[in-house]
Amino acid sequence: MMRRFWAVLVGRNKEFLRDRGALGWNLLFPFFVVFGMAFAFSGKGQDVFKVGVVGEVSALPPGFSATKHLKFVAFGEKAEALGKLRHHQLDMLVSPGRPLVYFVNDASPKGYLVEKILLGTDAAAFAPVREAVEGRPIRYVDWLVSGLLSMNMMFSALFGVGYTLVRYRKNGVLKRLRATPLRAVEFLAAQVASRLLLIMGVFAVVYHGSDYFLRFQRLGSLLDLYLIFALGSACLISLGLLVAARVRSEELAGGVLNMLSWPMMFLSGVWFSLEGAPRGLRLFADMMPLTHLIDAARAVMTEGATLSQVAPHLYVLGGMTALFLAVGAYTFRWD
Amino acid sequence: MKAVLEARGLYKRYPKAAANAVDGLSLSVREGSCFGLLGPNGAGKTTTVEMLEGILAPDAGEILYRGAPAGIEFRERTGIQFQDTALQDHLTVRELLDLFGALYPRRLSEAELVKLCDLGELLDRDPEKLSGGQRQRALLALALVNDPDIVFLDEPTTGLDPQARRNFWDLARQIKARGKTVLLTTHYMEEAYALCDEVAIVDKGRIIAQGAPDTLLKKHFDGVVIELPKADFKAPPGGVRGEIVERGEITELLTNEVEAALEELRRGGSSLAHLRVRPRTLEDLFLALTGRELRE
Repeated sequence: MMRRFWAVLVGRNKEFLRDRGALGWNLLFPFFVVFGMAFAFSGKGQDVFKVGVVGEVSALPPGFSATKHLKFVAFGEKAEALGKLRHHQLDMLVSPGRPLVYFVNDASPKGYLVEKILLGTDAAAFAPVREAVEGRPIRYVDWLVSGLLSMNMMFSALFGVGYTLVRYRKNGVLKRLRATPLRAVEFLAAQVASRLLLIMGVFAVVYHGSDYFLRFQRLGSLLDLYLIFALGSACLISLGLLVAARVRSEELAGGVLNMLSWPMMFLSGVWFSLEGAPRGLRLFADMMPLTHLIDAARAVMTEGATLSQVAPHLYVLGGMTALFLAVGAYTFRWD
Repeated sequence: MKAVLEARGLYKRYPKAAANAVDGLSLSVREGSCFGLLGPNGAGKTTTVEMLEGILAPDAGEILYRGAPAGIEFRERTGIQFQDTALQDHLTVRELLDLFGALYPRRLSEAELVKLCDLGELLDRDPEKLSGGQRQRALLALALVNDPDIVFLDEPTTGLDPQARRNFWDLARQIKARGKTVLLTTHYMEEAYALCDEVAIVDKGRIIAQGAPDTLLKKHFDGVVIELPKADFKAPPGGVRGEIVERGEITELLTNEVEAALEELRRGGSSLAHLRVRPRTLEDLFLALTGRELRE
């Protein structure tokens, strides 16, 4: 069993690694995307000042809360808001009352400006108390990189496995293998393992390569990040397998894979957060494996989340993987 | 000797096809023999052989390997060379032999395969870059990698030049000499004649004649073929002993009384300068049985 699995795995790896064009493209493309995006969005800050409020916004001094170009966001928990302040996702955090306690990040120029504004309004009458925090800003690229790497994984997983299987079926490689004692599950497991190795290899090269130049802000553990990406790519590979389980036509497979990958590319939060999106859209996005991969990876990257904090996403990914694999293997056809 | 592989009442119809591709076909292959399925393109040979290989499920009928329905052991004990075999890209012949060898519980050593299939200089090459004959040798080695009891060869020499074809026949004879059962499909009658102990002539999904090649010919024919260029042939007024068949630019006289027939032709005014006399072949047999040429 293991010997047959291993033989097919080694064969598939050699086949891929010797296809210089495909290998080069698989490595270069994600670099292009990450650097392109980092360049395109560098230095571009938020246009409004964001002030977090612990509790109700209405509890703020009315003059301060009426200030133009300040956007107030209410937080139930102070810790969460402080985290955002540390990473410059908030410019100030205010805890209303008397004394009025406000927190600013000393490394943030915008925080400095909002402080001047605060002290120039009726808030000055509430005995304001200043508390300072520290922290590097989380740039758009720090936020974006999880999405970009996930998206690249999605394409590599869906098309790499889906297309290859359909091509094998069409040109008769599957038929030749079927004439041997090789079992479908051994063959499919080897395909999944081969692609998983490749994807994680590319991930490691691209993540650490980009990190060398861009110095990502990663608040959570690197190991957690690897585990999340490995689970996510296993899920996406299984989805590719499911699509390719019976299809004989490369055109049909291409169409179905595009139909799956395009909505995921735009609606799973690669480019922008879905926090404020309509409920229906968020429900739709939650049905996509990519959404869960990105949410979990991003939480580890930008919020320092642990595996147990993103467990719901991991359960969904694990469940989807099991489902796709089971249905894919059950419906698989050699011819 | 007992049958190693048996098929009883096989039927197969492809979706949307007007007729059965295989239409109630039964056969029995003796252990250690070379069994040939012979017929024109589209006769149902490949469909039949793929059902025997277990690649294609028959609509009806049963297939027995050593008297029992074929199981996993059958896969381990058979070797298959398809009519068109595709292989993984970017792997050398040696790597493919290792890959396929690892799929079986036992395998022939690389050295034995090299000797058996004359692979010498081919081992480190990409099968896509081999000539037709070299590629067939490499594919044959893949079919033999598990040291099978039964080897299926589906049109192994189609598209090869005559020299490469004869070389391949030598390899096939060596395989047989190792005691293997060979099941061959071909539309070359001379190939079947050269290799097979028993042939089944297939047409429209049925076996229309079966037996040892010589026995078959003797049973259906008793005599020879006299060939004349069409221009040289003049029909004798009193007729001629035998049957006259026109084949393109050649007129053939099928007869079992050669001397008398030649005398009649000479008297009738035919020129015998370019005359050829040849034995009846399986090709003639197919024509006689179906009224059609084998390669139309």
